[in-house]
Amino acid sequence: MKRQKTDLLKQGTLELLIMRLLRSGQLNGWDIMQRIQLISGEVLTVTPGALYPALHRLEERGVIAAEWRESENNRRAKFYKLTAAGRRKLEAELQTWERFSGAVEAILRDA
Amino acid sequence: MIGRIWKRLSSLFRKDALERELDEEMRYHLERDIEQNLRSGMSPDEARRAALRAFGGMEQSKEACREARGGRLIDESWQDLRYGLRLMHKAPGFTAVVVATFALGIAINASVFSVVNGVLLKPLPYPNPDELVTIHQSKPNFDTGAIPYPNFLDMKKENRTFAAMALTRSYGFTLTGAGEPERVSAQLVSADFFSLLGVEPVMGRTFSQSEDEKGAAPVALVSADFWQRKLGSAPDVLGKGINLDERSYTIVGVIPADFNLRVNIFRQSDVYVPIGQWDNPVLQNRAAALSLHGVGRLKPGVTLEQAQADLDRVMRGLAQAYPATNKDNGAKIIPLKERMVGYVRPTLWMLLGAVGFVLLIACVNVSNLLLARSTSRAREFAVRAALGASRWRLLRQSLTESILLALMGCGLGLLLAEWGTRAALNLLPTTLPRAEEVGLDARVLLFTILISLLTGVVAGLAPALKISQRRLSETLKEGGRGASHGRSRAQGFLVVVEMALALILLIGAGLMIRSVSALWDVDPGFNQENVLTFNLNLPPAMQTASPEAVRAALRDLSDELNSTPGVEAASFSIGTFPILNEDDLFFWLADQPKPASQSQMHMSLVSLVEPGYLKAMGIALKRGRFFEKQDDERSQAVAVIDETFARKYFPNQEPIGKRIQLDDEQPPLEVIGVVGHVKSWGIDADESQTLQAQLYLPFRALPDRQMRGAATVVRVAARTDKLRPASFESIRSAVRSRNSQNVIFRPLTMNEVIAASLASHRFSMTLLNIFAGVALLLASVGLYGVISYIVGQRTQEFGIRLALGARPRDLFRLVMSQGLKMVLCGVALGLVVALCLTRLMEKMLYGVSATDPATFMLITLLLTAVALVASLVPAYRAAKVDPLLALRSE
Repeated sequence: MKRQKTDLLKQGTLELLIMRLLRSGQLNGWDIMQRIQLISGEVLTVTPGALYPALHRLEERGVIAAEWRESENNRRAKFYKLTAAGRRKLEAELQTWERFSGAVEAILRDA
Repeated sequence: MIGRIWKRLSSLFRKDALERELDEEMRYHLERDIEQNLRSGMSPDEARRAALRAFGGMEQSKEACREARGGRLIDESWQDLRYGLRLMHKAPGFTAVVVATFALGIAINASVFSVVNGVLLKPLPYPNPDELVTIHQSKPNFDTGAIPYPNFLDMKKENRTFAAMALTRSYGFTLTGAGEPERVSAQLVSADFFSLLGVEPVMGRTFSQSEDEKGAAPVALVSADFWQRKLGSAPDVLGKGINLDERSYTIVGVIPADFNLRVNIFRQSDVYVPIGQWDNPVLQNRAAALSLHGVGRLKPGVTLEQAQADLDRVMRGLAQAYPATNKDNGAKIIPLKERMVGYVRPTLWMLLGAVGFVLLIACVNVSNLLLARSTSRAREFAVRAALGASRWRLLRQSLTESILLALMGCGLGLLLAEWGTRAALNLLPTTLPRAEEVGLDARVLLFTILISLLTGVVAGLAPALKISQRRLSETLKEGGRGASHGRSRAQGFLVVVEMALALILLIGAGLMIRSVSALWDVDPGFNQENVLTFNLNLPPAMQTASPEAVRAALRDLSDELNSTPGVEAASFSIGTFPILNEDDLFFWLADQPKPASQSQMHMSLVSLVEPGYLKAMGIALKRGRFFEKQDDERSQAVAVIDETFARKYFPNQEPIGKRIQLDDEQPPLEVIGVVGHVKSWGIDADESQTLQAQLYLPFRALPDRQMRGAATVVRVAARTDKLRPASFESIRSAVRSRNSQNVIFRPLTMNEVIAASLASHRFSMTLLNIFAGVALLLASVGLYGVISYIVGQRTQEFGIRLALGARPRDLFRLVMSQGLKMVLCGVALGLVVALCLTRLMEKMLYGVSATDPATFMLITLLLTAVALVASLVPAYRAAKVDPLLALRSE
């Protein structure tokens, strides 16, 4: 039986973050992990055991596409980028997220 | 969408490439981590360890990635399949046992289903078969009576719901001019009969309307079988004549060999002739039923209810127009298929239910075997789980294996079924309608494959769940032996279920055995030993001879029969004959006024017999006397009644001397004797019939106008001193010695008659016995297997017990009591369910209640005994455990 890891990020949220990070360009798995930690100020961490299956799932769904090319240290790495369908999906989900978080915030603030 | 499917399929072929990429992706990640760690000042070793720790379970991540990709289902199923096959190859003994168990269960189910399919489910082999019905005339007490010809003609003319209607009746001719005179079976049919059913002649044509009338030129259709047998398959047979009853009939067509309506109003025959030409003087009589029954085809879209209402309307009109004959008469239509197979439906469904139980028991057995094996495979599954295989994945693999086994059982089972069905039908040929339509077709194949898949899932589910649930760390800690307790509890439960199922089947079979033996023990009212019965007809010329001549010929023959060596007594019989024939008449008691209409008269079965009948059939004389030779057409009119008649119409009175009136023309009959009741409707069915009273009239007093009928065919009953194969031949030659054109045919012993009438009971009894036997065998093998397994598991424990001072006897008792516990639980469960289920077979039972305590008790004892024997061997083995060996094997 698989040991359950307590990831900070729920699956849907992780996917949203991945898509958002890929909006501005291609990244490999390691980069994505670093950036999530860096940008969130070490608040959010993600393990490879959660990240890579999420990437493969998104690729399988056609939201992102992968490509093998040289990375900065001259080694072959698998880079992911957002597809056109992925871009549309990202916009839609960002809106949903904003509405959701706005609503939660409003309650937390005013209730 | 298509693109994605393509991607999936192509990924199947790029599997190795994908695996390499996955590896590389993970390695890249790890290396970047290591680099980072090095930069922060760790030693290379330290950097690597830290990176690995941070990464977590690499194999698990990979497995999760693989799972995230589609196309894996096909891929993995293929993998499971190959793995399953490899395992089977490695354990051929195990595989053989499991496949054989499945095959047995599946074969029995496929066989019974193919019968259910061929008999009940398949549409009849006629165009639009759902439009076909049989038509009968109903009386207040009797739904399916014969239709008088004029009533049929009116029904045909005045109905609005039938596309066509035809009438049919069995008949017989003596064929001459083609070798020895021979009795040929015939069927009188009206012109529409074959076209209505959609039966096309092999060659020629069927009858035209103008041929179906009195005075038309005699024409006949012959069966393909008759054409082959008697006419040498001559291609120019059309237009040729055949001599039937000394009359030349022109052959106009040949009917296909396989044509058989399979209802009791129709008999597959050698020749067919138009009914309208029948010169029977009472054909045009509205009161004479003459065993004529109808078949009809409803107009498209007409429902049964509409057609029934339509005929009801027509019959009401006839009752008004002809009150003397038609008052209270109605019509009854029955779907042709219902009429053909309706009576076997409950039996067949019961048998299908029974084999369903057998299959369940087979499932449980296999389940147990798989459970036992899962112990030895616990470690394998634990390791796979540790490497990231999900629970669903392990479950699937486990199920794939059991389904694979079930499908192999399916293949083998189908072969067995094909062979077994044919063997069973050959063994019991006459009991099933449409037996020739039973076979493996697409529907049977589909059913078999479906139940096989289901069987595989059901049998594999318990072990699969067990395997996938197991706590990984515990299994690995235990060194793969596994915690046996929970598992043997599951196995114990399965054994209980299996015992219960077997008990239910055994009780069902037991009840059937009891009712069949009860039927054999029933006194039919006659003594069937050494009695031969056959039909006789005089030379065709006698049909036009004077009544005196026929009477003389019959008396002559009767004397000849009674003096044939070996014959103790013989008698002609017309009308009702036990089990084989039924005829009835209306009467009223002479000391009461004549009822206004026939429907208010009394009814009785009637037989015309000779003085020798009582001795020939072994019927008991209760009072008065039976007929003598002097009771003939000139003497006083006399009658003999049976006890039922006496009880019903002369309760608490002396019946001798009472008088019975049949009609206004003849003088009343005086009752001269009372005889025992004969179960004329059949041993199993007699009590359920409303018409039970029996009236005997002297054959020799047969009025002149019925002489012609008597010359056509009479039944003979002959008691022999000892029935031997040559008995019939010596009687035949005696009959021939008087006139070479006398024909006797269809000889039967009364024992055969009774056996045939009980055939359907024996059919279901035999099959149910076989199924229950298989169930008992499977269940006891299952019990044996489980107890052996448990003993094996507890060998060390037994060793310790022995070392601590337990006696072998104690161990023996321990194991036996464990077996007994399972058996008793199973028996208790089975008894409860059986009490509910056997009620469903109440209608198939005779002389035994569905909850017969004796049967229930006996079967319970039987099952318990067999089960105890099955646990004896493992218990003995437990007692023989050598403590040293047992402990050393740790």
